[in-house]
Amino acid sequence: MTVKQLSVFVENRTGTMVEIIQVLGECGIDIRALSIADTTDFGILRLIVSDPERALSALKERNITVSITEVIGVKLVDRPGGLANVLTILRDGDISVEYMYAYVSKSEENACIILRVSDTERALNILNDHGVSIVDEAY
Amino acid sequence: MIYNKKAETMPRQEIEELQLARLKKIIRYCYDNVAMYRKRFDENKLDPDKFRTLSDLQYIPPTTKDDMRDNYPFGLFAVPQKEIVRIHASSGTTGKPTVVGYTKKDLDTWSELMARIISAAGVTDEDIAQICFGYGLFTGALGLHYGLERIGASVVPSSSGNSEKQIMLMKDFGTTTLIATPTYAMYLGELAHELGYDLADFKLRIGLFGSEGCTTEMRSKIEERLGLFATDNYGMSELMGPGISGECELRCGLHIAEDHFLPEIVDPNTLEAKEEGEVGELIITTLTKEGIPLLRYRTRDLTRINKEPCECGRTLARMDKVMGRSDDMLKIKGVNVFPSQIESVLMPMEEISPHYMLYIRREGYNDNLEIEVELVDGSLLERYADLENLTKRIRAKLRSVLGLDAKVTLVQPKKIQRFAGKAQRVVDLRGESK
Repeated sequence: MTVKQLSVFVENRTGTMVEIIQVLGECGIDIRALSIADTTDFGILRLIVSDPERALSALKERNITVSITEVIGVKLVDRPGGLANVLTILRDGDISVEYMYAYVSKSEENACIILRVSDTERALNILNDHGVSIVDEAY
Repeated sequence: MIYNKKAETMPRQEIEELQLARLKKIIRYCYDNVAMYRKRFDENKLDPDKFRTLSDLQYIPPTTKDDMRDNYPFGLFAVPQKEIVRIHASSGTTGKPTVVGYTKKDLDTWSELMARIISAAGVTDEDIAQICFGYGLFTGALGLHYGLERIGASVVPSSSGNSEKQIMLMKDFGTTTLIATPTYAMYLGELAHELGYDLADFKLRIGLFGSEGCTTEMRSKIEERLGLFATDNYGMSELMGPGISGECELRCGLHIAEDHFLPEIVDPNTLEAKEEGEVGELIITTLTKEGIPLLRYRTRDLTRINKEPCECGRTLARMDKVMGRSDDMLKIKGVNVFPSQIESVLMPMEEISPHYMLYIRREGYNDNLEIEVELVDGSLLERYADLENLTKRIRAKLRSVLGLDAKVTLVQPKKIQRFAGKAQRVVDLRGESK
């Protein structure tokens, strides 16, 4: 039960983000969550979208380097300590988090986080064992 | 000061008469003593005794660097090896260097021509000259060395490197004349400042810069920083080393030693002669060299020639500072780089496309190379570190192959221009002010 995330290469140049995002808009693809980190040389834009496969081919058609990564979506109760609980479970399972970002889910009492971890399959098992609710369809 | 008044102020007609007489002689000499030339003349049905005017020269096929490589090491020498008293070689970074040999007379001519350039810059026997060019196979250091001794200056052969000591000696000896590449001269100035020296305590007054190009703007900066007056000179090891041409104190072009070198300016593609004053590739015939005479050597350097007498009194033709090279060799930070070498580093990398662009910029006083490559491997997007590793790997490879650090920029596929004909992958922006 993983979520398909788009990883898009972003040149360090004004206007590259617009180019990418516009492609998605034109294809009627909705963005659910996104994250980008800034470095001096380039960026990687991470996206959770309504139709990752279509987004992938649309971006590739426009000569944008992109790949699909399987990540874990976790649904949290939106209260203090909710995230800490999940991260503690992963730490105790000796799983490291490579990156993560959050988004607001459509239901109001939950927050969602996207996790990319060192061992996805094992992480899923451990989280399941601890009764953490996993998002099967982020959108 | 004019070192050799007779040679340097000859009326144009006399220069050309002398050139023609020497040309006829050197053509015969090459035919008799260099197998490659004999073969070429025979193949093209050229009679070495039928050259009547200077422009008849155009019938001789040009000599290229490849000819020199093909005849490595001594194939083009025109004298028995025992007549050779010195051997130098080019700073080529790939394959075999180009090798040149000098007879005693060649060294004597070289010293004379260097003495002319050194005197034209204003150096006299009162000066203390510090040579900060690397000694060795490279012709620059020894060329200046002999020329400076010829005029009676006190030579300090400090070679390159060990910059702090260079500066100490410069101050303690009261060095008046600095011989260096422009970049190194600039660096020495900066370092002296950092070390807390006051350049007013130095006696520097003249700089003779060479071995790499230097814009007028950069030269002014160096002059200002070091408190000296600098002239440029031009040459190449294949033809002799420095000594082909050099600026006088008026700095309105580099006077060519026309009594020893016959220059032509041609279209680099068609090899047709250009009108006087038009820019083209400089071709040079050595008129007096014994060790390795060259007929119509293609320098690949683009310039133009003005034959009007100079206000300094010299009548020798003046060439402009070299504007660029007609072939693709790049000189970055003093390192000779062929785009093909860079290509050979990039091509085996599967994560990137086989398209690239090279941008060379001058930032401050350094040349910087930026290489743009297209990222095609999406799997590297999993981790930042993977992408960073790709650029790091490319840089490390370039460093080990070329000895050159480059910035590697990843761009999207198809972003780099595709070329239908001959690719123009090199954008040299060093001539442009920032």
